[in-house]
Amino acid sequence: MSLTAADVAEILRLVEGSSFDEFSLELDGLKLNFKRTADGLASSEPPAGAASPPTPIAPPIAAPTAAPLDAPAAVAAADPNVHSVHSPMLGTFYRAPKPGEPPYVAVGDVVEKDTIVGIIEVMKLMNTVRAEVGGTVAQILVADGAFVEYGEVLLRIVKPD
Amino acid sequence: MAIRRILIANRGEIAARIIRTCRALHIETVLAVSEADRDSVPAALADRTVCIGPARASESYLNPAIIVQAALGTQADAVHPGYGFLSERPALAQLCEARGLVFIGPTAAQLEAVSDKVRARGEAQRAGIPVAAGATVAALDEAMAAAREIGTPLLVKAVGGGGGRGMKRVDRLEALPAAMELAAAEAQAGFGDPRVFLERFIPRARHVEVQVFGDGTGGVVHMGERDCSVQRRYQKLLEESPAPGLSEDCRRSLHEAAVRFCNRLSYRGAGTVEFLVDQQRDEFFFLEMNARIQVEHPVTEAVTGLDLIAEQIAIASGAGLSFAQSDIRFKGHAMECRVNAEDSANDFAPSPGLARTAIWPSGEGIRVDTHITSGSRVPPFYDSLLGKVIAHGPDRKTALQRLRAAIAAVRIVGVQTNLSFHSMLLADPEFQAGGVDTGYVERLLERRQNFAEVRRG
Repeated sequence: MSLTAADVAEILRLVEGSSFDEFSLELDGLKLNFKRTADGLASSEPPAGAASPPTPIAPPIAAPTAAPLDAPAAVAAADPNVHSVHSPMLGTFYRAPKPGEPPYVAVGDVVEKDTIVGIIEVMKLMNTVRAEVGGTVAQILVADGAFVEYGEVLLRIVKPD
Repeated sequence: MAIRRILIANRGEIAARIIRTCRALHIETVLAVSEADRDSVPAALADRTVCIGPARASESYLNPAIIVQAALGTQADAVHPGYGFLSERPALAQLCEARGLVFIGPTAAQLEAVSDKVRARGEAQRAGIPVAAGATVAALDEAMAAAREIGTPLLVKAVGGGGGRGMKRVDRLEALPAAMELAAAEAQAGFGDPRVFLERFIPRARHVEVQVFGDGTGGVVHMGERDCSVQRRYQKLLEESPAPGLSEDCRRSLHEAAVRFCNRLSYRGAGTVEFLVDQQRDEFFFLEMNARIQVEHPVTEAVTGLDLIAEQIAIASGAGLSFAQSDIRFKGHAMECRVNAEDSANDFAPSPGLARTAIWPSGEGIRVDTHITSGSRVPPFYDSLLGKVIAHGPDRKTALQRLRAAIAAVRIVGVQTNLSFHSMLLADPEFQAGGVDTGYVERLLERRQNFAEVRRG
C-alpha cells in the first residue's frame, strides 16, 4: 500500500494532537518519521484538530483526544482577558446533561460565573464544572465523552473588557 | 489473562522499580501522578503519565475511585498499588474487581482479614502460631483488668493500624488510661478506626519477617527472612537477609509459620509475615502481616536472584507460581540502607526541598533503587525516602564492607539526609557483631549523644 499526501497530512495531524514526541511508521518501501521539536512543545495543551484515532486491537497508549469542536479563531491562553477552565478532577467530560440533549454551552454563549459548562464523571458520580467567570465561551477543547486528567483545560472564556 | 498495560498507583522509588520490571516484561506503564509529581523521575520513565489530582494525597494517591477511573480511562488492564497509599485498602481491590481490572495483590477479602490486627491475631492462633499475650478491650475498666493479667510493660495498639503507627508503650498501670485515650485518638485520625487492643511488650526482641508468595489456590512458598530490627520509632532504617545469629531451628519454624498462616487464607500474591523473636527465651510471636510488596524486598531479591515484582505480575495474570519451594536457593548475605531526607544530626527532622546534586554509588554487589537524581524535588507531601542502597556479598562481613563503602560514596546536596547515621551504624561494633534488637538504635543514638557531650564538655 502507499500513502497519499492527504494521508501523510492526516497522520501528522494525529501525531501532533497526541502526547507522543516521536512517531515512526514502516510500510513496504516507505518509512515515515516525525519528531517533535522544542517549538512543537511550546503549548502544553494539545492543539485542536485531530479526531480521536481508531483503537487498534492492541491499543497504543491512548492520547488525550482533542476534537475539532466549535473552534473558530483560537484564543491566546496568555491573554489576561481569557479565562481557562481547568478540569477539577480526572474523569470523563460530558458537555450535556444526558446523551442526545443539547450541550450546556456552545461557542459564543454568554455565561455567568455560576453557569454549568459541563460535567465530569468519576465512577458514576457526576461533578458539575462551572464557568468561574462571566464572559463569552470562545473555545471548547475537549470532546464530549473524552477522558480528561486533573488540571486539563476544558474550555476558554473571554471576559468582557 | 495476559497483562499488557499496568497503571501504577504510586510514586517515588517503588514506581521507578515497577516500571523497570514492566519494561523487561514488555508491559506498558501508565503512571498516576499528582500535580507535585509531574516532573519526577518515574514520570519521565513511564510510557505515559496521567495527572490524578492535586499534591495532597487524600485527593490523589489515596482516592480509589480516581485511581480506577484513571486505569479505565487509559485502557490499562491492571493496577499495581506499590506499597503504602491504597496498597492494603480493600476498597481499591474491590473496585478493581468490580470493574474488571486486575489488582496486583491479594483479594479484597484477604486484605480485610489481615488489615484488622485483632482478626489477624485470631487467624494466626488458628494456624497454631504463637501470639504475644493480649486482649481486645472496649472499655477502660475492662482494659485495666486485662492489663493486670498481661502485666507491664505492655503496648496499646490500634486495631486498624500497622507499621508501628498508633502504638503506645505502657510501663505502669496508672499510665494506661492516658495511653489508651491517646492511642484511640491517633488511631481514629490515622486509620478512621478508634479501636485498640493490648499486647505484652517483649523487651530486647528482634523484628524478623518472612517473605511469602501465594498462588491464590493454597500454594505458598517462602523466600527466607529479613531482619528489620534496626528501627527508630518503629521506622525501619536497615534490613538484612538472612537474619544473623538465628538458630536454624528458629529460622525454620518462622518460615513454616509464615507459610501456614498464608496457607489458611489461600493467600494470593506477595506478602510478608512479621514476627518478634525473643532470643533470650528462644520464642517468637506473630506480629502482623503486610499484604503488599515491601520497601525492603530488594534484600530478598539479592539473596534469591528472583524478581519479586515480576512474580507479583505473573500471579496476578493467573500464571501462578513458576517455581516450587525446593527451586528457591539462597546465596550469600544482603543488606539495605534506607536513605531518607531526614536530618539525622537534627533529631531526624524531615528535610524536603531541591536535591541539587545526587550521586549514587555503584560497584560489585551494589544496587541502588531511587527516584532522585541531580535536580529532583523532594516534595513535602509524601514520605522522605530518597533511595535504597543494597549490598550483596558471599557473607555478611563482605556485604557490610561493601555497604559501608557505598554509603560513604553517596553525595546528596540540597536536602539533609540520614547518611551520617548509616555511616555510624555500619561502623558500630555491636551492629557489626549482628543480631541487635529493636531497642538498639535508641541506645546507639544515646551513646553518641553522651560521647558528643563529653567531647564538648
